[in-house]
Amino acid sequence: MEISTHSSHSGAGHDDGHHDHHELGFWSKYVFSTDHKVIGIQYGLSGLLFLFLGFCLMMLMRWQLAYPGQALPYFGAVLAKVFPQEMPNGIMTPDFYNSLGAMHGTIMVFLGIVPVSFAAFGNYVVPLQIGAPDMAFPKLNMASFWVFFIGGVIMLISFFVPGGAAKSGWTSYPPLANIADTGPAFHHIWNGQTLWLMGMVFLITSSLLGSVNIITTVIQLRAPGLTWMRLPFFTWAILVTSYILLLAFPPLEAAGIMQLMDRVAGTSFFSPNGLIVSSLGGQLDISGGGSPLLWQHLFWFLAHPEVYVLILPALGIVAEVIANNTRKPLWGYKAMVFSALFLGFLSFLVWAHHMYLTGMGTKVSAFFQTTTIMISVPSVIILTALLISLWGGSIRFTTPMLFATAFLPMFGIGGLTGLPLAFNSLDAYLHDTYYIIGHFHYIVAPGTIFGIFAGVYYWYPKMTGRTMSDTLGKLHFWGSLITINGIFFPMFLQGMAGMHRRWYDGGHVYEQISGPMLHWNSFMSWSAWLLGIVQIFFIINVFWSIRNGRKVNTNPWDATTLDWSTPSPPPHGNFDKPVTVYRGPYEYSVPGAAKDFSPQAEA
Amino acid sequence: MLNKLLGMPLNASEHGFQVDQMLEFVHWIMLVLFVGWSTFFIFTLIRFHKSRNPKADYHGVKSKASTHIEFMVVLVESVFLLGFGIPLWGKRVNGPKPEGGDVERVRVVAEQYKWNFHYPGADGVIGRRKTELVSASNPVGLDYTDPAAKDDIVTANEMHLPVNKDVILEISSKDVIHSLSLQFMRIGQDATPGLVSPIWFKPVRTGEFEIICGQLCGYGHYLMRGNMVIDSAEDYQAWLKEKAANAGAPAAPAAGAATPAPAAPPAGAAH
Amino acid sequence: MEIPYTVKPRPDTGLWNAKIGIWLFLASEVMLFGGLFSAYIFLRLGAEPGYWPKGLLNVPVGTINTAILIASSVSVVFAWAALKMRNFKRYRLCMMFTLLCGVVFLGVKLGYEWPAKYHHFGAFIKPEARAKYEEFLGNEHLAAKGLHPRVEISGHLENHDALHDKEIKEYHIRLDAVNADPTSPANDHPHFWPRPMSDKVAHVAKEDVQWASMFLPKHSTYFAVYYTITGLHGLHVLGGLVMFAYFLLPVSTRLYQKDPDHLANRIEVVGLFWHFVDLVWIFVFPLFYLL
Ligand code: HEA
Ligand code: HEA
Ligand code: CUA
Ligand SMILES: [Cu+2]
Repeated sequence: MEISTHSSHSGAGHDDGHHDHHELGFWSKYVFSTDHKVIGIQYGLSGLLFLFLGFCLMMLMRWQLAYPGQALPYFGAVLAKVFPQEMPNGIMTPDFYNSLGAMHGTIMVFLGIVPVSFAAFGNYVVPLQIGAPDMAFPKLNMASFWVFFIGGVIMLISFFVPGGAAKSGWTSYPPLANIADTGPAFHHIWNGQTLWLMGMVFLITSSLLGSVNIITTVIQLRAPGLTWMRLPFFTWAILVTSYILLLAFPPLEAAGIMQLMDRVAGTSFFSPNGLIVSSLGGQLDISGGGSPLLWQHLFWFLAHPEVYVLILPALGIVAEVIANNTRKPLWGYKAMVFSALFLGFLSFLVWAHHMYLTGMGTKVSAFFQTTTIMISVPSVIILTALLISLWGGSIRFTTPMLFATAFLPMFGIGGLTGLPLAFNSLDAYLHDTYYIIGHFHYIVAPGTIFGIFAGVYYWYPKMTGRTMSDTLGKLHFWGSLITINGIFFPMFLQGMAGMHRRWYDGGHVYEQISGPMLHWNSFMSWSAWLLGIVQIFFIINVFWSIRNGRKVNTNPWDATTLDWSTPSPPPHGNFDKPVTVYRGPYEYSVPGAAKDFSPQAEA
Repeated sequence: MLNKLLGMPLNASEHGFQVDQMLEFVHWIMLVLFVGWSTFFIFTLIRFHKSRNPKADYHGVKSKASTHIEFMVVLVESVFLLGFGIPLWGKRVNGPKPEGGDVERVRVVAEQYKWNFHYPGADGVIGRRKTELVSASNPVGLDYTDPAAKDDIVTANEMHLPVNKDVILEISSKDVIHSLSLQFMRIGQDATPGLVSPIWFKPVRTGEFEIICGQLCGYGHYLMRGNMVIDSAEDYQAWLKEKAANAGAPAAPAAGAATPAPAAPPAGAAH
Repeated sequence: MEIPYTVKPRPDTGLWNAKIGIWLFLASEVMLFGGLFSAYIFLRLGAEPGYWPKGLLNVPVGTINTAILIASSVSVVFAWAALKMRNFKRYRLCMMFTLLCGVVFLGVKLGYEWPAKYHHFGAFIKPEARAKYEEFLGNEHLAAKGLHPRVEISGHLENHDALHDKEIKEYHIRLDAVNADPTSPANDHPHFWPRPMSDKVAHVAKEDVQWASMFLPKHSTYFAVYYTITGLHGLHVLGGLVMFAYFLLPVSTRLYQKDPDHLANRIEVVGLFWHFVDLVWIFVFPLFYLL
């Protein structure tokens, strides 16, 4: 049946034989569901939990950074019981610090941000925004969620195997990652690094299935009249993201398989000749002949595009929220779309700017410096367009809008500090310092996470039929904005002073370098813990509002896109009546129109 | 000025001031852009708040100013790239030729969690090495049957260099990837096993400087500190002589444990 | 609520959903195998002279397997065409033939080719000891001809315990043709027909050996990529076979009776997947067997 020509009867209560009307049981309705809305919420909840877990790991690490070698108060006693090897007497070991760091990065990127910003919002919102009844392949959709879930469980299990979780950074550079967690104290398979690799294979597979699904859905299931240049920017952002995931992830899967072979079958893909590791009794018993750089190329071939995966959906959310709350069309919508496409394309050509210090000739380095500089241009265009969109608006500061506005300068700081890194000779100084940590956290934390918050506050009424509390929301916003800058801004100072990342003791060993900047550590840590406390407002808000929020109708924000032309929450099958699209996505304050918004679906 | 404000430590190499200068320029540009954008941003948020502007303007900005600004950004970035970035790196890569007379060459061999510095000694020739010979007392695996190896000097975590002379460091690793990060020389290079990666620079200031291991290399990564001493020419010769006295097999250089060299006084204050 | 365009193409894109889906999936597969093949190139270019073996694989067997796979690719197309012509019997025959081809392919791979390798043994000789084994390596002869040196002595390990027993100081290797007669010009280059093993047994002292193992993945980077790529390819073949088997079950008969075009679409999709699996092999074969 074609949605474009026939009316669908779901929700209308007709007894129509071949339609899915019979009541589904609990399991198939909420757990093994094929409905994109349920799957979206499943992704969202598990992603938020992982985000919180990743944050908790970091709050632990920040204790060690602020007060190195001291026993953790209160929680220390508990952790000493759960992790006797890793937290003896509540004091963190260096290995555990490295585990937490590697898992913080992994969990945040692959189990937190991507599942929430891409998978959850992509699943929930995109079919609604394009007027589709569901994803193109609902069963595949369910499969991707469960494959993701297995990957997440494997990552969690890895904390509890002998020796603890992976400890070679989220980058897992071999040969360190090849020899880590090997030897008599470790199980051959059930060890941190091997489980990390297996978990990654699942997570990658899940992302691949998800992106196939989303791209097909956007191409095939757009409602009549919804031409490409009428797609909401969020849908565009998710589309470009899917395409990046689809093409960038497989090489990392290949690399992961090769590292698994190195660890399990004893091959030497990434081990050169003559490795001598004193802690493993001298020369390693392997054939050699491999190359550590091969891993780095394959890893960054994914991981650079991946950073645009982390930012694009958030940009999409911010664009929706800004258009809605300025009550005017986005300025330069077309330029934004083409910039996003260009960004997606170019992101495959810059990866080696993470490898400037591996020893690069002038030609190669000139190439990657140039592409890296080029890729900053579309970001500047998108951000400028969003900024200019504010001009002439009638701005209302709802909670989602607060987060969306704060996103702009925060992303600005993160993006601008990427520029010095793009130059090889400057990166030789800044590489792997806290400057880098500051650079990308400004983009992913007060950037992407704020984008996610904006999205949650914005679409929560659609998902539940009730709004979230504005008061709690504003407390959450201002508290987060202040504390998060307290964490990340001092990182630039520490980085410029030359302090490096991944230092277990926060830099005490290097008096000369970190002496002048050491005092910031405790300030940053306290900011982080306060940020943690502020999140309580959000958590309460999410759960409290399910029952107690104000009830809303179809379109509480007076928005224009199709997701706001169906009841909140939408019925199974999404739309009561077939939808047709008559105009572009952001027709707000159209001169001469009766209302200040003209929905896409209204003739 | 901005660099100072941001807490950059002093520079001790010849090329380093160019790095600092460019870093300073880039930060100025970033600051200007950020302040400019922020001013516009905050003004807009206040001016177009719904209490002041109850009816939005469908068209918004009509001027082409943003295109000009974007164009300027691109222009400035290209100037940085073509004018400074690429040439500066070009110079790093095409350094003095190893044979070219007056250079000091030192091999750097990293291992968990220690730096080995290997000097050619009086004959100026690095001796033959073999993987099988590597041991705690012979960290770089020198084959002392080779005459060229007999006068080689190997130190742990301590590197002396003469001031005002080109230096070539040939960096490699025995086990995992480390990174020789010489923040005071504004240069760094990964130590990748299986590769020998050269870097060069010219120290222009005497003093003691910390050497950082800049790449996660295991649980002891944070304490893999080395010490770089830039000596006057005479002091350097004296140091070489002292080391040469106990060069040669067996177990000549005191192979330090995986702990850093004794704490060095902050050089910034002393010089 | 039904999903539109599962069977009929969408008018403006001209495609049905699964067709886009499979092409996207194949794009990602290209990147997956692309990653592995780029590893092959990286490792091969980085290998020291003599360390990238040539002519170790059985070319005739590989050729036969290639032919089998191509034949099966053709037969899925016939199966699809048979459906389009509403000839269900022919469809089932073609599918069975395809399935059979796939099974034979995997059988040859797992039952013959892999075991033939991992029952083989090779020992890389230390550079300084190579002169001692000149009679098996023939490096003077190769150097005179400007060829890469030979660094390995391979064949059948007669004293298998030597692999694990530290007390045994030698490997006894019944030699491959190349090591039995290393100066013969016939051995300078790989051959289409594998040359028979000799009866000569060499005694190689362990202290002269740099690294020795059976021809397992860990033996060398060559075998590491060989097993990884062919293994992953084999998994794809297996995946294809499971799907073919599924399409021979009664469910497909029922689907055919309900909507033959739907079944045809599904066959088209697995067919595309199968062509891709075939294509990967078309790269594997020259890269590992011939070059
Ligand atoms: C979402 C994530 C994200 C994004 C978008 C970016 C964007 C950019 N990144 Fe970043 N980067 C990371 C995440 C990200 N990065 C991570 C995670 C790492 C470290 C990985 C690791 O080692 O663990 C890293 C590391 C990294 C390096 C390697 C450093 C090193 O290890 O030595 C480099 C080098 O070139 C770099 C450059 C850039 C550049 C030029 C951009 C550009 O695309 C930025 C362009 C944007 C702008 C130029 C902003 C323009 C905006 C304005 C001017 C407006 C201002 C607005 C207001 C005031 C309202 N990044
Ligand atoms: C997307 C990626 C991402 C995100 C979001 C973050 C977020 C944060 N990161 Fe992290 N970080 C990385 C990716 C990320 N990080 C990576 C890749 C590394 C490098 C790792 C390595 O070295 O290998 C790193 C490293 C890193 C370091 C350096 C450690 C070291 O080098 O030794 C530090 C130090 O302070 C740090 C801090 C933080 C902090 C304080 C946050 C905070 O901003 C976190 C804030 C989080 C929240 C505000 C979550 C809120 C969620 C909820 C409230 C959920 C509620 C739940 C329900 C409603 C169900 N991170
Ligand atoms: Cu060596 Cu870090
Ligand atoms: Cu990058």
